[in-house]
Amino acid sequence: MTPGERAFVAWLCEQRAGLAVDADKAYLLESRLAPLARREGFGSVGELLQALRDREEEQLVWSVVEAMAQRDAIFLRDPPVFALLRDQVLPRLARQREGEAIRVWCAAAGSGQEVYSLAMMLADAPIAGARVELFASELAERQLEKAQSGLYTQFEVQRGLPARMLVRHFEKTDEAFTLSARIRQMVRWRRVNLIDDLSRLGQFDVVVCRQVLPAMTPDARSRALAGLTGATASGGCLVLDAGCETPAGYRPLGVAGVFAAEAEARAAA
Amino acid sequence: MKTCLVVDDSRVIRKVARRILEELGFEVAEASDGAEALAWCRVVMPEAVLVDWQMPVMGGLDFLRRLRLEPGGQTPKVVFCSVENDLDRIREALDGGADEYIMKPFDGEIMAYKLAAAGVAA
Repeated sequence: MTPGERAFVAWLCEQRAGLAVDADKAYLLESRLAPLARREGFGSVGELLQALRDREEEQLVWSVVEAMAQRDAIFLRDPPVFALLRDQVLPRLARQREGEAIRVWCAAAGSGQEVYSLAMMLADAPIAGARVELFASELAERQLEKAQSGLYTQFEVQRGLPARMLVRHFEKTDEAFTLSARIRQMVRWRRVNLIDDLSRLGQFDVVVCRQVLPAMTPDARSRALAGLTGATASGGCLVLDAGCETPAGYRPLGVAGVFAAEAEARAAA
Repeated sequence: MKTCLVVDDSRVIRKVARRILEELGFEVAEASDGAEALAWCRVVMPEAVLVDWQMPVMGGLDFLRRLRLEPGGQTPKVVFCSVENDLDRIREALDGGADEYIMKPFDGEIMAYKLAAAGVAA
């Protein structure tokens, strides 16, 4: 890839998804885009990008952005976060909501490992008196498709997923592992770009968004964070990456990256 | 330093596992079948055991049942590590008392996740 091509890709990623892509990282760009070029039938990344400029096909543009937005996906990332949600956050919300559904949104849910970890956890240990509704969103169409299929490789189901959860919730089909329909049906999926207006999505009691904000440009990050905090209901909980600062109007809950929306502070704001 | 006993009839697998476990901060001991492993455990009970299923002399499941009957044999975390990837068979190993299960092939990350899930950190 030429420096010009790399700069073009970086520009696309920022425009479309607010992603900060370092155009100097030639190896990273090549390693993400070469498989895409092959899959789409191009001889090289250069040819792919030329076609993209010539044809202005939206689908091709997004496939490039999506390839650069790929993230490492594991089940039960940071187990203490899940334990906190199960043992404290959700039971507390269940008491406050008094039988009303608790809405949980996994934003940037990738190929599903995070939201399905939550779903399996809730199936294994239901929160007394609570009805939890799980929503998940993702930018990349291919990831959305994979997530909804619930199909994972042997390598993927060994990353973070305890063997007992594997045998309880998966079936083996040929050499792949399929998540049970019961767990898949607990989650409602849609495509969401976090730099778009998120207010149309409504309010959620728990909003989980990890591994995306640090990869964004500062502008996009504050825009996405504003959208996420706006979508977090008063008295709700926001789960970000472990290194994230406490957003205004929130207080830390004792596990890195997990914050409670302070009802009073938000009402006053 | 915690000790992990690696039980596998393949010298290559033992070598790969040793390298990964040492990087994770374990002291590593090796045995090439269940009987040898059991003899080892009778002398020094390790904190963790990584054990293959199919081995000559004594297989993984046999070893596990006998280990749990030994004095102090309840304490080691036992992680199966086998090419067997049939879920019914994995269930059998877990029901037999295995703490975790690794399907071969594995890498360092998978090993780290599985040991953490088994509740043993170096």
